[in-house]
Amino acid sequence: MSYFRAENLSLHFGGLKAVDSVSFAVEKGEILSIIGPNGAGKSSIFNLISRIYPPTSGKIFFEDQDITDQPAYDIAGLGIARTFQNIELFENATMLSNLLVGRHRHSTTQLWQELLFLPSVRAGEKLHRRRVEQVIEFLDLEAYRDKLISGLPYGVRKVIELARALCSEPKLILLDEPSSGLNVEETEDMSFWIRDMKSELGITVLMVEHDMTLVNRVSDRVIALNYGRVLAMGSPSEVQRHPDVVAAYLGA
Amino acid sequence: MRFLFKTDYEDDIKLFPHSGYYVSYGILIAFLLIAPFVLSSYLVSQLVFVCIYATVGVGLMILTGFTGQASLGHAAFLAIGAYTAAYLQQYNVPFPVYFLAGGLLTGVVGALVGFPALRLTGIYLVIATISFAFIVEEVLARWESVTHGNEGMRVKTLSLFGQAVPQNGPTFYYLCLAVLVLTIVGTLNLLRSPTGRAFVAIRDSETAARSMGVNVSLYKVKSFAISAAITGLAGVLFAHKLSFISPEMFTLQLSIEFIIVILIGGAFSLHGAVLGAIFLVMIDPFLTYLKDDLPGIISGLAATFGADSVTAGKVHSNVAAIASANGLKGAIYGVIIVLFVLFEPLGLYGRWLKIKLFFQLFPLYKRATFKRQKIYVKSERNR
Repeated sequence: MSYFRAENLSLHFGGLKAVDSVSFAVEKGEILSIIGPNGAGKSSIFNLISRIYPPTSGKIFFEDQDITDQPAYDIAGLGIARTFQNIELFENATMLSNLLVGRHRHSTTQLWQELLFLPSVRAGEKLHRRRVEQVIEFLDLEAYRDKLISGLPYGVRKVIELARALCSEPKLILLDEPSSGLNVEETEDMSFWIRDMKSELGITVLMVEHDMTLVNRVSDRVIALNYGRVLAMGSPSEVQRHPDVVAAYLGA
Repeated sequence: MRFLFKTDYEDDIKLFPHSGYYVSYGILIAFLLIAPFVLSSYLVSQLVFVCIYATVGVGLMILTGFTGQASLGHAAFLAIGAYTAAYLQQYNVPFPVYFLAGGLLTGVVGALVGFPALRLTGIYLVIATISFAFIVEEVLARWESVTHGNEGMRVKTLSLFGQAVPQNGPTFYYLCLAVLVLTIVGTLNLLRSPTGRAFVAIRDSETAARSMGVNVSLYKVKSFAISAAITGLAGVLFAHKLSFISPEMFTLQLSIEFIIVILIGGAFSLHGAVLGAIFLVMIDPFLTYLKDDLPGIISGLAATFGADSVTAGKVHSNVAAIASANGLKGAIYGVIIVLFVLFEPLGLYGRWLKIKLFFQLFPLYKRATFKRQKIYVKSERNR
C-alpha cells in the first residue's frame, strides 16, 4: 500500500475537465514533482488534496485512510501541509505569529484557559516557540522574527511560507511552485532545503514546479500532466524524453 | 532609542516588553484611581461612559479589527445585556449573577448570529448585522410582557454585597474601570495564545488559515460570541449608568458610534479602542457647546466686520437653525469618519505611534516610514 494515493481523481468545472481521472501514488520519503504546461491541472490537484475544492469524483488516501470527505481544516491535522503558488501569508502580522499559526494543529488549550493565560497556556506557547525557532534556524530566517510580512520582499515571503508549513510538523508537504519569483541563487537555496526536508526531517514532498533545473535536481520521480490527464510518470530523465511530454511542451 | 535584548522566549510572551511600560501605565492607573477625587462629577461621569464605550470598543475590535468581520449590530448586543440586567433585577437577582448572565446570554445570541454570518463577507455581513439589530429593536418594542415595550424599563440602583452603588458615585466608576481593565487583560491574553492568532489568520487569509488547520467557521463563531459577550457585560453597566432603558436608545446610530470608536482609535489595537472611546465621549459635549455658542460667535464676528444689528440677528438665527438641525450629529460623525479614512487610516493610535517614533529617531525620522507600499502580487483568493 502506498503512503499517499489519488485514485481516478476528477475535477470538472461545467464542461471543463481541469483534472480528468488522475491516479498516482507517493511513496513514503520520496520527492515527487508534478510538471506540465500552464492550465494542465497541477494546482487544481493540490487544491483537491487540501480540500479547497471537493473532487467531482475519485478518492484520496493518506496512510491508508480515505481523506476524500475530510473537512479542509482537518487535512493539516492529519499531517499534510501546503504552500501556495501566489503566497498566502497573514500580511498584517509578524513573521513569528505567522509561523505560530503553523503550530495551530498542535495547540491543545481551551478558550477559557487562554483568557486567563494559565500556566498550561504559557508552557504551550514556549513549546511552540521552541519548535518555531528550530524551523527559523533550518531556513535561515533569524533576521525577520518581528518584521511585518507586508514589509518583506517576495523571496523572503516565499521562504516564510515554507517555514509556516514546516512549523506544523507535516508528514507530507505540498509545495506549489516553490521557485516561482525567486532568482537563481534563491532557487538553489530552495533546492537544498527541499532535499534537507527529505533527508533530515523525513518529510515526503509532493511539488508542482516549472523550473526543470530544480525538478531534475531534487525529484525522485516526476509526473507530467496535460489537459488534466497524466502523460507520463517515471524518473526525471525518462519523463523529459517521453514523446507525449515533448509534444505537449513544444507542440507536435 | 531603546534596544531590547531578548534572552528568553518569555520576553516575547509578557505583556509589558520593558520596564518603561510599568512607569507609564503605573502613572495612568494612579491618575485613574484618584480621578473621582480631583475631577468634577461631570467629568467622572464622562469617564464612566469612556469605560463603557471602550469595553464595547474592545469587544468590537476583537470581531472587526482582529477577525475581520464587520458588524453594525453591536447596539443590539448592548441592548440584550442591558435588558437582561433590568429584567433579572426585578426578581432581586444579585448583581454578580445578572452581570454574568447578561454577558453569557449575549454571548449565546452572538454565537447564533455568527452562524448565518459564516457564509457572508464584507458589505453583506454588515447588512445582515444591521438587520439583526433592527429585529432586536423591534422585539424589545413589541415583547411588552418582558420589556415593557416603548415605555422602557427603570433600572434600580446597583447594589453590590448589600451596599448601594449609585451610578454617579466613585464606586460605580471604579466598577466600570475594573471591568474595562479585566476585559483588556483577557483580550490581550487571548491575542497572545492560539485562538487570537487564529482570529488574525482568518482576517488576513481564510484559505491559508484553513490549510494550517484552523477551523474557520468555529473560530468565526467564537469571535462573534466573545465580542457579543463583552458588549453584553458593557450593556449591564450601561443600563445602570442611565438608570432607564428603552428600545429607541439602541438604534443604528449607536452601532455607528461603536464603529467610530474602533475606526478613529484605529491601528487594529486595543489602545485604539480606548482612544476612540475617549474621542467619541468627549466630542459630544464639544458639539453641545458649539450648538449653544456658535450662533453668538458668528453673529458677533459679523457685527465686528460691519454688519448692522438686523443682519447680525438674521445670521444668528440662521446659524442657530443649522446648528440645531436634526441629524446634524450623524452628519458630523460621517464627516469625521471620512476624514480619518482619507488622512489617517491608522487612527489616533497610529498618529501616536508616529509621534513616538519621531522622537525616538530624532532627527532621523522620515515621513515615508509609514507610507504603505502598493503591492501588486495579491493573489486571487480561493474563497
